[in-house]
Amino acid sequence: MNAWLRQHAQTFMSTRARLAGNPLATLLNVTVIGVALALPLGGYMLLRNLASVARQATGNPQVSLFLAPEAGKADIAAIEAKLKQLPGVRAVRFISREQALEGLKRSENMAEVIAALQSNPLPDAFVLEAGGSAAALEKLEPELKALPKVAHVQLDSAWVKRLEALVALGRTAVLILATLLAFGLVAVTFNTIRLQILTQKDEIEVSKLIGATDAFIRRPFYYLGLVQGALGALAALAIVYTCMRILNRSIVDLTQPYGSEFRLGFFGALDCLALLAFAAMLGWLGAYTSVSKHLADIEPR
Amino acid sequence: MISFSQVRKSYRGGHEALAELSFSIDAGELVFITGRSGAGKSTLLKLIPAIERPTSGTVLVNGQNIGSMRRPAIPYLRRNLGLIFQDQKLLYDRSVFDNVVLPLAFTGQAHREAARRARAALDKVGLLARERANPVTLSGGEQQRLCIARAVVNRPGILLADEPTASLDSASAAEVMEMFRSFNQVGVTVLIATHDEALIERLNARVLTLKQGRLEA
Repeated sequence: MNAWLRQHAQTFMSTRARLAGNPLATLLNVTVIGVALALPLGGYMLLRNLASVARQATGNPQVSLFLAPEAGKADIAAIEAKLKQLPGVRAVRFISREQALEGLKRSENMAEVIAALQSNPLPDAFVLEAGGSAAALEKLEPELKALPKVAHVQLDSAWVKRLEALVALGRTAVLILATLLAFGLVAVTFNTIRLQILTQKDEIEVSKLIGATDAFIRRPFYYLGLVQGALGALAALAIVYTCMRILNRSIVDLTQPYGSEFRLGFFGALDCLALLAFAAMLGWLGAYTSVSKHLADIEPR
Repeated sequence: MISFSQVRKSYRGGHEALAELSFSIDAGELVFITGRSGAGKSTLLKLIPAIERPTSGTVLVNGQNIGSMRRPAIPYLRRNLGLIFQDQKLLYDRSVFDNVVLPLAFTGQAHREAARRARAALDKVGLLARERANPVTLSGGEQQRLCIARAVVNRPGILLADEPTASLDSASAAEVMEMFRSFNQVGVTVLIATHDEALIERLNARVLTLKQGRLEA
């Protein structure tokens, strides 16, 4: 093992000892950083799940075509033929007004209402399934509306689009929050390192006097910032994970009656590592600025 | 080994600590710097490890010009100097042993080798039995010996001591002086700033007397 590696190993060990030697201060710092990171992280986790819901829904986009009440059998056949020729349409399903009424009758709450009706108020309808994207279907919309005897065209992707817009908005909000709190993390580290430099003022002064290089004096503070940032990230992951487990318990109650399997999903290992690296880097940055600012003040006289 | 030529040091505000100081010290010499308080003894000693820089003139240490030395080079200069400070500068948050081993941490030595050399230095000043103690629990004489152990652990070629006996009783002072003499006898250049005339007479060495920043003939 060469001298350089050994110095780094020694610094790392002494950093660990320093953090462990003052558990309360370490715990407080790590908690502050952890909570600060947990806010945008939790928001990001929710958004990702929302986005994946939106993706699943758009995976099978549908358009419902409601016909005018006066449309006859010939009109229906003509429309069906036209629909089948449209590009990007994978399947065309005709639902007659009688079928629709039967369907409604089967659902519990509607049976009574329908029994009270004198005539069938429902229109004939086509359901189109697109092979491609929701966007391709949307392009068809004006063409579909122009068909004769078509009263109303309803894109199922409309709400998905709204959801996507909402997710995009949320993403911006999370990004702003993350940026602000990243500055917060740098500031917290800056201050911690400043205090640490003050506590070690004598040691730094003596070290300078007896031949320590600047790099040697700075190194432990960089490590301290780095390790503190990474520990904060771990705390944030733990906080978000715990919150997710709690939320999932409520989500199960909410989705079970609908037969949905939806649960909030957590980050993958790679995302977690990226967060650790990012927080460690911010910690280092805070330490770097603090050390650059405060270490020059300790010049032995 | 150490040479001052036409060295002037004035502080901001116009106070002139040293004026036109010229002398040189050969390797292996034992030299006392004496004079009243404020005569410039401490300033002279601070110029050698580049704690202060000369306002004009040249200070050469081992052939290196201190006045023009770049900051990153200073630590390497200091590693070849053993410094004993007037205010001791011991660290009271760690043991006697950890105080002595500190200078070896910078040089990236293996733990075992560093520990061996620190114990050798403590043994030389008679503090090996106290290695686990906190410096606060040591007597004045012992603290001064600890400073000496820290200064010599890197085996420097030059030892600089600023008032090393100032706060000691005469017996401890004599002990400390004896240590300096024994380091000098194995070839270390020793510079001691002191106003303790009795000690200077006992050691019979070269004396530089400062008066208002100048050498007194």
